[in-house]
Amino acid sequence: MSRLSDLFKKQNERILNVYCTAGFPQLNSTLQVMESLQASGTHIIELGMPYSDPLADGEVIQSSGNIAIANGMTIDVLFDQLAKMRDRIHIPVVLMGYMNPIIQYGFESFCKKAKEVGVDGLILPDLPLFEFEHFYGKIINEYGLDFIFLVTPETPEDRVRKLDALSTGFLYAVSSSATTGKDKDFSKVALYLQKLHNMQLKNPVLVGFGIKDKDTFNAVCAYSNGAIIGSAYINALAKGADIHETTDQFLKAVLNK
Amino acid sequence: MHSFNKAINYQAPSAEGYYGDFGGAYIPEMLYSNVETLKTQYLQIMKDADFQKEFHALLKDYVGRPTPLFYAERLSKEIGTNIYLKREDLCHTGAHKINNTIGQILLADKLGKKKIIAETGAGQHGVATATVCALKGLECVVYMGEKDIERQAPNVARMKMLGAKVVPATSGSKTLKDATNEAIRAWINEPNETHYIIGSVVGPHPYPDMVARFQSVISDEIRKQLKDKTGTELPTHVVACVGGGSNAAGAFYHFLNEQTVELVAVEAAGRGVYSGMSAATTQLGKPGILHGSKSILMQTADGQVVEPHSISAGLDYPGIGPLHAFLYESKRGTFTSATDEEALQWAFHLSEIEGIIPALETAHAFAILPKMNFKPTDIVVVCLSGRGDKDLATYMQAMDFKK
Repeated sequence: MSRLSDLFKKQNERILNVYCTAGFPQLNSTLQVMESLQASGTHIIELGMPYSDPLADGEVIQSSGNIAIANGMTIDVLFDQLAKMRDRIHIPVVLMGYMNPIIQYGFESFCKKAKEVGVDGLILPDLPLFEFEHFYGKIINEYGLDFIFLVTPETPEDRVRKLDALSTGFLYAVSSSATTGKDKDFSKVALYLQKLHNMQLKNPVLVGFGIKDKDTFNAVCAYSNGAIIGSAYINALAKGADIHETTDQFLKAVLNK
Repeated sequence: MHSFNKAINYQAPSAEGYYGDFGGAYIPEMLYSNVETLKTQYLQIMKDADFQKEFHALLKDYVGRPTPLFYAERLSKEIGTNIYLKREDLCHTGAHKINNTIGQILLADKLGKKKIIAETGAGQHGVATATVCALKGLECVVYMGEKDIERQAPNVARMKMLGAKVVPATSGSKTLKDATNEAIRAWINEPNETHYIIGSVVGPHPYPDMVARFQSVISDEIRKQLKDKTGTELPTHVVACVGGGSNAAGAFYHFLNEQTVELVAVEAAGRGVYSGMSAATTQLGKPGILHGSKSILMQTADGQVVEPHSISAGLDYPGIGPLHAFLYESKRGTFTSATDEEALQWAFHLSEIEGIIPALETAHAFAILPKMNFKPTDIVVVCLSGRGDKDLATYMQAMDFKK
């Protein structure tokens, strides 16, 4: 049993997954941010590995990544920081990132090391289905990591089913075809989520892109198992003085029904 | 490593867009529908007789093709061989870029798209895109690095005059790589109505193959023209500059599977290949993934993309098309480079001895000619990819400096 499936067994609604960028705001703040997220009621941490050219992300996450890279964050440094993570973090942790830095690190070494430090799953937006099936998926599965595919309103139904079948942990529903950090029209999102719900997928569905506060969180939770918040939290971190206090206030505002 | 093998068909990537290990479509799911539509339809649309008819009619009457193949007498004498210039600088809008934009705008039309986006480095692709959008009455938005907007002001003015909106890319190095990121993001944000006209043989499959096919008119004409002039269709060498590699792909295309023809790709060495200010991708790069395909990429040890440098905005790119990566790896292509200074010198030299002011990008291709040890009997075709009007500011500065 993975930490992710355990979590969804215990609770299958209003799951909150919060994204943070490794090495942001400071190189060594990674674990402090993660501990604050855990203490403030986050259910899953999506830890972003910074990349110079993050195509699926908007400017907020890109600029946090640029700061992290300038701070000296690399995959090596990150795994060092995470070496004793499981002494302090008990909630599921998924790594999010882009293929190029991982390939340079060595894809298999990366999966091995991620498993060793206690990472539960991977979100790699530029690893497409074809490459997953023909090469990378086998390695990911071999090391017992969950892999979370993205689906969008444009993804045809048979493809949604295929991506669901290959995903473990949860399925990441992009609220509309857009990069992170953009405002959404939630009436359209509701229709789309209703459609996904009716498909009775194997995996729980978490909704990301455009979720930024209590209202948007509540809106998507009506039709899904929960949501992913990224840019809004990064913005708060960038402005806030104290990591713990900022995180606590941000999450209180989101989770308060 | 592959060795040059007759059995390899360099013109045809695999069904998933691979040339050897390079290519593919490493795209986020948000782009899947758009790219899948292109992938399943591009060949069918391009092979359609009406499409071909309209494409070639526009190339002839609007672009001004065929472009001349010119025997450069003084240059040939100086280098001690036979040099022919493929005059892509005489295309409408001043460079080869329009061959591809004509093709893609017709394709976008067939796909029912209403809006066109594009990235541009030197502005030549942006101008060529704005031009065809005006021709077909489609909305046009061009993403251009903030730094390139400064150094290519005349092209920015041309795009605006043609009715395009020019959006500055302010992230990263503020050049072509970042303009491409912004264009891809814009496509992700409004995928249904929009077609993205990529200007080079880069990006996810099917772009590298599609752009190479549209540009292949260059080598198709070279073969016929050379036959008329020399009695043989096959030169000994074809020389072209390479940033992403579209003019080189077009000039090489119909010679890719002709073993006797040496294909010479000239990258931008900037201030010197190992100066830390270079864009010589094959010399400095390693296999990696950028802008949706696996290719050779300039990057740090931990996989962050390096900001390149070249005096020419069109070659200032940290990657190279997957076809070229394969030509490099399989040794089918000869990869070499020219510095900023050599390119500048040759821009002046070509102007003085042939009466042709080339684009800075194109000048790189000429700069390697004296180093190539050609035989007097060789037949060398240089792709004169663009004219130098857009670079006058840089050339004027260089003249002031000389004084």
